[in-house]
Amino acid sequence: MNDTKEIKMMTPFTMVLLLAMALGFVVAIYRLVNGLGAATNLNDDFPWGLWIGFDLLGGVAMAAGGFIIAGTVYLLNWKKYKPIVRPAVLTAFLGYLMAVISLFFDLGQPHRIWHPAFMWQYHSVMWIVAMHVMFYTTTLAVEFSPMVFERLKMHGLLKFINGIMMGVVLFGVMLSVLHQSSLGALYLIVAEKLSPLWYNSLIPYFFLVSAVAMGLNMVSLESIISSKAFKHKPHMDILQGLARGSIITLGLYLIMKVIYLLQGPGFAAIFNGSMEANLYLLEVGGGVVVPLVLLLGTNVKQGVNGLLTVNILVVAGVLLNRMNIAVFGLYGYGKSMGGSYFPSVMEFLLTLAIVALGIFLFKVAAKYLALFPEAEMQT
Amino acid sequence: MSKAVLIDLTRCIGCRGCQIACKEWNERKARRTSFHGDYTNPTALNSDCYTHIRFHEQEKNGVPVWSFVKNQCLHCKEPACVSVCPVTALKKTEAGPVVYRYDRCIGCRYCMVACPFHIPKYEWESALPWVQKCSFCSERIKDGMIPACIKVCPTGTMFYEEYDKVVAEAKNRLNRSPAKYVKHIYGLEEAGGTSWMYISGVPFEDLGFKMNIPVAPLPDLTWEYVSHVLPLFGITFVAGLGAWVITRRHANMNKEG
Ligand code: SF4
Ligand code: SF4
Repeated sequence: MNDTKEIKMMTPFTMVLLLAMALGFVVAIYRLVNGLGAATNLNDDFPWGLWIGFDLLGGVAMAAGGFIIAGTVYLLNWKKYKPIVRPAVLTAFLGYLMAVISLFFDLGQPHRIWHPAFMWQYHSVMWIVAMHVMFYTTTLAVEFSPMVFERLKMHGLLKFINGIMMGVVLFGVMLSVLHQSSLGALYLIVAEKLSPLWYNSLIPYFFLVSAVAMGLNMVSLESIISSKAFKHKPHMDILQGLARGSIITLGLYLIMKVIYLLQGPGFAAIFNGSMEANLYLLEVGGGVVVPLVLLLGTNVKQGVNGLLTVNILVVAGVLLNRMNIAVFGLYGYGKSMGGSYFPSVMEFLLTLAIVALGIFLFKVAAKYLALFPEAEMQT
Repeated sequence: MSKAVLIDLTRCIGCRGCQIACKEWNERKARRTSFHGDYTNPTALNSDCYTHIRFHEQEKNGVPVWSFVKNQCLHCKEPACVSVCPVTALKKTEAGPVVYRYDRCIGCRYCMVACPFHIPKYEWESALPWVQKCSFCSERIKDGMIPACIKVCPTGTMFYEEYDKVVAEAKNRLNRSPAKYVKHIYGLEEAGGTSWMYISGVPFEDLGFKMNIPVAPLPDLTWEYVSHVLPLFGITFVAGLGAWVITRRHANMNKEG
């Protein structure tokens, strides 16, 4: 226990985080008082921008590690991964928090964020997404609660929650599979607007598979970074297990990508030098092909730094994918309507603040809660 | 029965009376505009402008030829905007109009993303903005009047009737004067059919019409996924539960053995 308690809160890095959050707070107030037009560069030709692409789609994809690891441990009974359940669930919770906060500020009528719960429209993917966010954020809070109850020494509640945990985890897995794919399904209706490099009828499942890849790598990335920051030994066998999972998921994802590229716009379309084509190359090359090659070369899996590189590449690749679909892939359409879009400084600042909030809360949890119970026992 | 409109572009003289009537009836404020190279003004629809006339200049045999295109919500029969709205703020009424109910809207702007004709617009400058678009003068129709733009049109460009009669009239005009019109009724099939349709003497693709709109109703694209949501939910449930039962039994057997 002593080890993590020695995490220093008042480091320069924390100061930077706090500064980013303070700036974001000011932007948030400005946005609420003056409206979306004043704070963002969104317009009639680009109704969705950075907040939807990065914060919402990216935040939710980042959260996928939570359901994968929880499912692996509680449903598949794969005990090896038990030490990373807690950070994975926490990340998921923070990812959803990111998504909810950004959605709140992105909505034109934020105070009505509860409307979907009472005004049903099950034909709308957006409605499905809204309901999922509500249910799953609650589910994650429950999955996460034992850490808090432990700390508060509320043993009765702790026992109750642990008793129903399997059901909660199962519900969480069901919600996640749907939710990850629903986010992709949001884009099914823009058939003639979204660049064919990204549009196809299986886009929900592309989102699901890439979210799994992102989730696995996010969990690995965190384990490595926290082991460095909090100076405990990384579990190499767990990291290698996650890497094996990544190989399978990335492999599947790449095959899907190639098949649908050939069926759709064709191979030549990614080499025509257009902005979309270059971004596609960057996304699939840097975020899928290179990590796969690195992982298949045996020595990368042995070293922590090699794995870390792979993790960063995959996470960045999936984030770029979400931005490609939400903004760049629709850019040609918006431009043909006479518009243009580049996020405003305030859009960037709020996004930065939300990311900073996530990192900060993770650090707080690591300090005050038993986030890495096993690592703490080792030392 | 549901109302529909046929816009016969060969009749429009570009007077913009409809544009003004619309603004007046809906009490939208005027915005300052500036010269930008052609006569379309404002250049695009906005939250204060539900309809405008697009001016298209072409050359035929060395002489300039003008075409005028009235642009507004087409009131799709199966509207993408209605299907994507999470709170049913948008609704297709029996009478034909697709109407917006501001008291429900949460401002997610999915309707704007989804509309194939780029119609819904947002009050970006407002702190609590609404979506704005042509309502087909739904309130006037309810009171037995005809839409404001149609009322003022001096040339009878818009033919307003029951849907079936409008389609029949469109086909009739194309058959009667095949030399005058291109052989296409825009909106008969686009996006699964719309309540406002166009016929034209100039190819539609030369007049800024989107020609790549799917013929099937757009909500079908999403329904393909949405109809799988419950089965997917069930499959995940069974798979998860199955995995749990099997691995538990396995663990117990190992313990005993
Ligand atoms: S044209 Fe657009 S806004 Fe109008 S009904 Fe169709 S989808 Fe909705
Ligand atoms: S912006 Fe309003 S009307 Fe449009 S889809 Fe969202 S809730 Fe519905």
